[in-house]
Amino acid sequence: MRYAVIAKILGLLMMLFSFTMLPPVLISLIYSDGQVLPFLEGFAINFLLGALLWLPVRHNSQDLRIRDGFLITSLFWIVLSLAGSVPFFLSSVPEMRYIDALFEAFSGLTTTGATVLTGLETLPESILWYRQQLQWFGGIGIIVLAVAILPMLGIGGMQLYRAEVPGPVKDNKLTPRIAETAKALWYIYVGLTVACALSYFAAGMNWFDAVGHSFSTVAIGGFSTYDASIGHFDSRLIEVIGSFFLFLSGVNFALHFLSWRQKSVYHYLKDPEFRFYTAVMLVAVILVVLVLIISRTMDPFTAVTKGMFQVLSIATTAGFTTSDFAAWPGMLPVMLILMAFMGGCANSTGGGMKVIRILLIYRQGSREIRRLLHPNAIIPIKLGNRPVSDRVLQAVWGFFSMYMVVFVLMLLINLAMGMDQVSAWTAVAATITNLGPGLGQVSSTFQDVNDVSKVVGMAAMVLGRLEIFTLLVLFSPEFWRR
Amino acid sequence: MKIIILGAGQVGGTLAENLASEANDITVIDSKAERLQQLQDRLDIRTIQGYGSFPHVLKQAGAQDADMLIATTSSDEVNMVACQVAYSCFKTPTKISRVRASAYLNRKELFGPEGFPVDVLISPEQVVTEHITRLIEYPGALQVLDFSRGLARLVAIRATVGGPLVGHELSFLRAHMPRIDTRVAAIFRQDRPIIPQGDTIIEDGDEVFFIAASDHIRAVMSELQPLERPYKRIFIAGGGNIGFRLAQTLESRFNVKIIERGKDRCIDLSENLKRSIVLQGNAADKDLLLEENIEDTDVFCAVTDDDEANIMASLLAKRLGVRKVMTLINNPDYVDLIQGGEIDVAISPQQTTIGSLLTHVRRGDVVNVHSLRRGAAEAIEAIAHGDARSSKVVGLRLDEVPLPQGTTIGAIVRHNEVLVAHDHVRVQPDDHVILFMVDKSRIREVERLFQVGLTFF
Repeated sequence: MRYAVIAKILGLLMMLFSFTMLPPVLISLIYSDGQVLPFLEGFAINFLLGALLWLPVRHNSQDLRIRDGFLITSLFWIVLSLAGSVPFFLSSVPEMRYIDALFEAFSGLTTTGATVLTGLETLPESILWYRQQLQWFGGIGIIVLAVAILPMLGIGGMQLYRAEVPGPVKDNKLTPRIAETAKALWYIYVGLTVACALSYFAAGMNWFDAVGHSFSTVAIGGFSTYDASIGHFDSRLIEVIGSFFLFLSGVNFALHFLSWRQKSVYHYLKDPEFRFYTAVMLVAVILVVLVLIISRTMDPFTAVTKGMFQVLSIATTAGFTTSDFAAWPGMLPVMLILMAFMGGCANSTGGGMKVIRILLIYRQGSREIRRLLHPNAIIPIKLGNRPVSDRVLQAVWGFFSMYMVVFVLMLLINLAMGMDQVSAWTAVAATITNLGPGLGQVSSTFQDVNDVSKVVGMAAMVLGRLEIFTLLVLFSPEFWRR
Repeated sequence: MKIIILGAGQVGGTLAENLASEANDITVIDSKAERLQQLQDRLDIRTIQGYGSFPHVLKQAGAQDADMLIATTSSDEVNMVACQVAYSCFKTPTKISRVRASAYLNRKELFGPEGFPVDVLISPEQVVTEHITRLIEYPGALQVLDFSRGLARLVAIRATVGGPLVGHELSFLRAHMPRIDTRVAAIFRQDRPIIPQGDTIIEDGDEVFFIAASDHIRAVMSELQPLERPYKRIFIAGGGNIGFRLAQTLESRFNVKIIERGKDRCIDLSENLKRSIVLQGNAADKDLLLEENIEDTDVFCAVTDDDEANIMASLLAKRLGVRKVMTLINNPDYVDLIQGGEIDVAISPQQTTIGSLLTHVRRGDVVNVHSLRRGAAEAIEAIAHGDARSSKVVGLRLDEVPLPQGTTIGAIVRHNEVLVAHDHVRVQPDDHVILFMVDKSRIREVERLFQVGLTFF
């Protein structure tokens, strides 16, 4: 382990991150909401801590190994969440206990969108802005993590997307180097955000809401500036715009990059993951809308837009709400939460287990059926006519089983802490998939949840975001052995 | 004509045999002495032992005044280099090369003006695959041959009781199907040729060759046989080059299962085929065949490189209830032994390939040659050049054309239109004339017929 280099990188990171406390200062000045001080203090504390970490080791330039990658990636989210919690804790309005501040920061940076705050409308603008902004920075972090780092570490079959290995999409290699790749993705991410913000603005939001919601939409976060979330606006147009950008943000960003580079959209249709993702979303939307209409929950027009928005928001793991879906009839609430387990495509800002893994697991299931019919047949699992190696399939299964084990353990802890069953399982589901809202007690806020379950929630958010193994590997004794 | 053949393998050997009987000077080059010895014992040819692409070996074979070089060794690279050597060192006019690897075949520029000086590429696997594909498209046919890029086709079919025409005179066909035009080119009854006349009666078991426009083929076949329903389920035994290409061509239109013994090859196949089911195992494994519903299979194609394995697997499949079995048989001695018994169609790769080579050996403007009935008969497509003065055929009515005995004109293709040969049709310049020869020894006379007289120049 090269602790010196790791400290250097994290120190640098904290110093960089401290600058994100400055835009809220500006907002605070504009709206004169009296929260200038906590953000300036947050900036100073983080900058100094970062500098302290960085200064003694700044000349160290050892090369990092894959092993260090696990530690850095995990620390990245944990340290930034710690840093991000400072302004929440220091601010006078709202008064937050430290654990709540931390929960809010974790939820923001992992783009989960679960919150411990209520009465958002009454909060200072700077705090609201800061929450949205946390999600936005979390989103770009996720993209870089997903495109550049997880494939390199080979987490849960994501070596599929490793740059030097031809992935399911031909020429998945974006540009030769990680730095170049990150830059290209940054442009796309910013581009999507600007387009989303302008659309929201045109649809009637004020600019503060438009920018804020575009941040949490493109990052598939789910924070809103209102307790009623998108439902506050009660606008069909905004729901349609939101659905559209959520859908786009749930798609593999490498595909966006290709369409930008080649000026065509043809390769979207060729990508098996995109096709599966689209098909699942379509079927779910139709199903939900039908149930809403048949059960007379709402009139058909409202059902179409609200149904569509809610499916995309939950299934891509954003977690915006437009009506109280927890009270929707029959299977709908549970079905939507279960869809979050699939989440977005690989290399998107969406959470969950990722569409590609579900697709591969499904294909293996159907292969088993064919094998029973043709015992002697050799049937490879293919993605877009390209065979998937057994190594990847095993990694996917390994990921799936670990996901479930972690899920069950956390569920048991929540139950032990006295939560009711529905709240307990959806609280874990909502955090591990980076969805945000659950059902029951946690359907809109985690405020009343006990402290232990909040800690469990934070752990689940980071585990889910880092695709379980990146963090889990740190707990293996072998990792620390020389 | 002076012809040099590289490689005394199956293709080279059969080619030498076919060409030698047509009064050509043949020299065969091979690196294995015993193979040459075997050929020389049977045929009147010259043989040279050596490495075919070396200039001195080619020189020894008389490359400087050869008209044609045909490279048929098993190595693509040797074949291509030999053509280059023949071109650079000896200026040999026509160079034909066998190239199998699709890695080469897919790059057209390799054989363009800047590439290897190969005039004609032949790929036996490709030809055999096309041959089998056509047979599968026309259930019941013994052979389907293309003329004029598939506009007209010559089909061989066994007349069977139940076909409306069987037991009737040929002229009944016209009365029965006024809108379908076809010409019966030849009939083989107990392996003896009959030149059909209007009053010839078709009997059960006759092998009938007829020519028609491609879209009329099915209708004519239905006159000679109870029409078979189209094939749907295809079983391919052997996942080699031919098996793979066949599966690839057929899998979009048929349900294809392919059996291959080698595990690694199976994995390869399964990764490269889209819809076919790849089975690992022995094609002659009864349990495996039964498990895969062999009895409901329409066609069983045995295309491994082992004749005996092909035959045994085919016999087994037929016994288990397959509708049609097609068997690839390399050894010409087996073909007569097998066909028409339990095995419905025996496919001889040499016969199939040889046609495409013979095209370039023929004099006159012959654009298509198909060798039939183990080389005894031949169907050719020739272009009538010149005018009434310079040509021996142009301007004549078909019944006036002085055809040698045993030869019939089946059809004429004029400006992409198929005219079935009737006596009153006149040959016009640039017509493609499709002829059928029962007796190949008359080939010279036919060639002469289509050579343009001096006045043309």
